[in-house]
Amino acid sequence: MLKIDDLHVRAGDTGILRGLSLNVGRGEIHVILGPNGSGKSTLMNVILGHPKYEITGGTIFFDGEDLTALKTFERARRGIFLSFQNPEEIPGITVENMLRTAKQAITGTKIKILQFHRELLATMSELQIPPEYAARYMNIGFSGGEKKRNEILQLLTLNPKLALLDETDSGLDVDAVEIVSSGVAKFHTAENSCVIITHNAQILKHLPVTHAHVLLNGRIVRSGGSELVAEVSEHGYAPFEVTP
Amino acid sequence: MKTYIADIERALYDVRDADKSVYKSDAGLTEEIIRDISERKHDPPWMLEFRLKSLEIYQTIDLPTWGPDISALNMDEIVTYVKPNAAQVSDWSQVPDDIKRTFDRLGIPAAEKKSLAGVGAQYDSEVVYHSVQKQLTDLGVVYTDMETALVEHEDIVREYFMTLVPPKDHKFAALHGAVWSGGSFVYVPAGVDVKIPLQSYFRLNAAGAGQFEHTLIIVEPGAKLHFIEGCSAPRYNVTNLHAGCVELFVKDGARLRYSTIENWSRNMMNLNTKRALVERGGLIEWVSGSFGSQVSMLYPCSVLHGDGARCEFTGVTFAGKGQNLDTGAIVVHAAANTSANINTRTISKGGGCATYRSAVKVTRNAPHAKCSVNCESLMLDDVSRSDTLPVMDIEGDEADIGHEAKIGRISEEALFYLMARGISEDEARAMIVRGFVEPIAKELPLEYAVEMNNLINLELEGQL
Repeated sequence: MLKIDDLHVRAGDTGILRGLSLNVGRGEIHVILGPNGSGKSTLMNVILGHPKYEITGGTIFFDGEDLTALKTFERARRGIFLSFQNPEEIPGITVENMLRTAKQAITGTKIKILQFHRELLATMSELQIPPEYAARYMNIGFSGGEKKRNEILQLLTLNPKLALLDETDSGLDVDAVEIVSSGVAKFHTAENSCVIITHNAQILKHLPVTHAHVLLNGRIVRSGGSELVAEVSEHGYAPFEVTP
Repeated sequence: MKTYIADIERALYDVRDADKSVYKSDAGLTEEIIRDISERKHDPPWMLEFRLKSLEIYQTIDLPTWGPDISALNMDEIVTYVKPNAAQVSDWSQVPDDIKRTFDRLGIPAAEKKSLAGVGAQYDSEVVYHSVQKQLTDLGVVYTDMETALVEHEDIVREYFMTLVPPKDHKFAALHGAVWSGGSFVYVPAGVDVKIPLQSYFRLNAAGAGQFEHTLIIVEPGAKLHFIEGCSAPRYNVTNLHAGCVELFVKDGARLRYSTIENWSRNMMNLNTKRALVERGGLIEWVSGSFGSQVSMLYPCSVLHGDGARCEFTGVTFAGKGQNLDTGAIVVHAAANTSANINTRTISKGGGCATYRSAVKVTRNAPHAKCSVNCESLMLDDVSRSDTLPVMDIEGDEADIGHEAKIGRISEEALFYLMARGISEDEARAMIVRGFVEPIAKELPLEYAVEMNNLINLELEGQL
C-alpha cells in the first residue's frame, strides 16, 4: 500500500531523513519508535506533502501511484489521513462543518446533512466527546486530550485507507489513552493500515501490531515485530545507536 | 498569526478643527442649483433655507487632509454629481459587464438587478411592502421615504434633521445638507417592539436614492427596532460620489439594531456619515459590512449621552485590488456608566488597503465608562496592506478601557491541516477567511450572511 524507498528529506539546510525505506501492506499496523528529533514527525508530514519539507532523493508510492506529484489534498483524497501531533486551532469553522466539507471532498458526493449529523453524534458519543462540541470551532478552547479525541473522531468519520498517527497518545491520561486506543481499534480492519508513532506502549494494547521500527538520525536502524516495542521500553534507544 | 498593537497615532479626528480657509473653486455648485433641487422636491421653505445655509458652509470647508486619497474626486465638477439626473444611466446595456456578472453570481432577480443598477423603473416589491406597512401602521410606527416624511411628519423631521450630523461637521456633511435626496424615515413610538426587521431594500429605487440619501430613525423610550439598510449586491451609479447621512436617535431604554452591508461599485467614493445618539439605558447595535467602492471612509459614531447608555459595534471590511477602505467606529462616552464594545474584522487582498480607524472619547462627565475594542486584520498576500489606527482620549474617572489588535496572514499550518483532510487549497483558504469573519456573519440576518459568504467567495476567486 505505502512504499517508501531511500527517502531523503530536508527542511531549509538541515537534512532530516537520510535514506529511509518503509513498506506498509494492507491490514498491517506499524509502530515507529525513536527519540525526539529522529525524524518521525517529519516522515508523517512528508507523506502528506507539508510545504516545509523538501524531498532531495528517493520515492514515495501509495497504491502504485507516485505521491510526490500530488498536492496535499489529493493525497488525502487517495485515502491517507494524519492525526496531528499538535492539531491546529481554526477560528470560525465548526467541527461538524469542517468534517462534512472534508467528507464531501474525499468521497466526491453530496452528503445528506441530517444523516451526517446523526452519524457524527454517534461517533462522538463512542469517543466520549460531548455533543455540543460538534458546533464548536475547530480545536478552539479544547484541552490537549479533547484535541486528540477530535483527531480520532475525524479518523473514524473520514475512514481512510492509511492512518498515520503522530503521538496521538502523548499528554493523555490513562483513561483518554484507552478511549483513543479503542477508537483506532474500531477503525482498523484487514483492508486498511496504520502507522503509529508513540512513546507509550499503552495505546497499542488493543491493536494487533504487525511491525515495529526504530528510527534514529533519519534512518530506520532496526525493524521487527511487536517484541521490538517491549525491547525499547526496557532498554531505551542506546543499544540501537550505530556509529556512522 | 502574528500579533501586535499598532502605534497609536493622535490627531486623526481633527476634522472639526481643520483649517477652514475659504474654498473658492466650488463656484460650480451654486445657489440656483440648490434652489432648483429644492423646488423639484417641493421642499418646505425651512428646508430650502437649510440647504442654502449648508451650501454656504460647504463653500467654506476644505476637504479632509487625513485618510485615503480622494483627489480623484473633482470637486470643481461637483455640480455634475448633484444636478438631478445629470448623466444618470438610463439603459441596462450601459451597466458594466462585471457588475452584471456579479448580479448573476449572487443570484439577484432580474427586476432587482435593474433597480440596484439604477436603471429599473420599479422593483416589484409593492405587495410585500404594503403588507409590512399595514402591520406597522397598526403599531403607530411610521416607515416611509424622507420626502413623504417631510410632508406628513414635518414637525418631527424638522426637530431632528441634521441635528446629530450638523452640516458644519465636515465638507461632505455640508454637501449632503445642501443636496440630500431620498432615504428612509422611521419613527417608533414609546414602548413599541417592532418584531420584524425593517429593510430599506424596498426603497433602493426611490428617485435619487443611493447617492445623497438621508436616513432618519427615532426610537422613542422603551421601544425596539431592527433596521436593515442596503444589500450585498453592488449598487451602481455612474456618478462616483456617495455622501449619505444616517441619524439615529435612541431614547431612554430603547434599543436599535442597525445592520448594513454596503457594496458599492468599484468606481465609487463612499464618504458616508452615520451617527447615533443614545439616551439613558438605551442600546445601539451596529452591524456594518463594507465591500466594494474605490475609496470608503466610514466611521459610524455612537454618542452615549444618557447614564448607562450602551453601544455594540460589529464590523467587517474587505478591500480587494485597487480599493482603499478606511473604516472603523467612533464612540463618545458622555455620561456615567456608559459602555461600548467594538469588534471588527478587516481583510485585504490583491494589493487592496484596509485601514481600521477608531476613536474612543471618554468625557469628564462620564465616570465609570467601559469600552473594549477588538480589531483583527487578515492580509491574504504580500502586496496588500492593513493598518490599525485606534485613538483613545480618556478624561473621565475610573474608566475601564481595553484594546486588542491583531494583524496576520493565513496560517500555513492551518491551511495544511485542512488540506490534509482532503479540502482543496482554494476551499481551505475560503473556509479560513469565512471563519475569520464568522463572529460578524453570525450577527447578520441569514440571507445577508449567505450573501456575504458568496461575496467573500467571489472576492477570493478574484472574479469581481
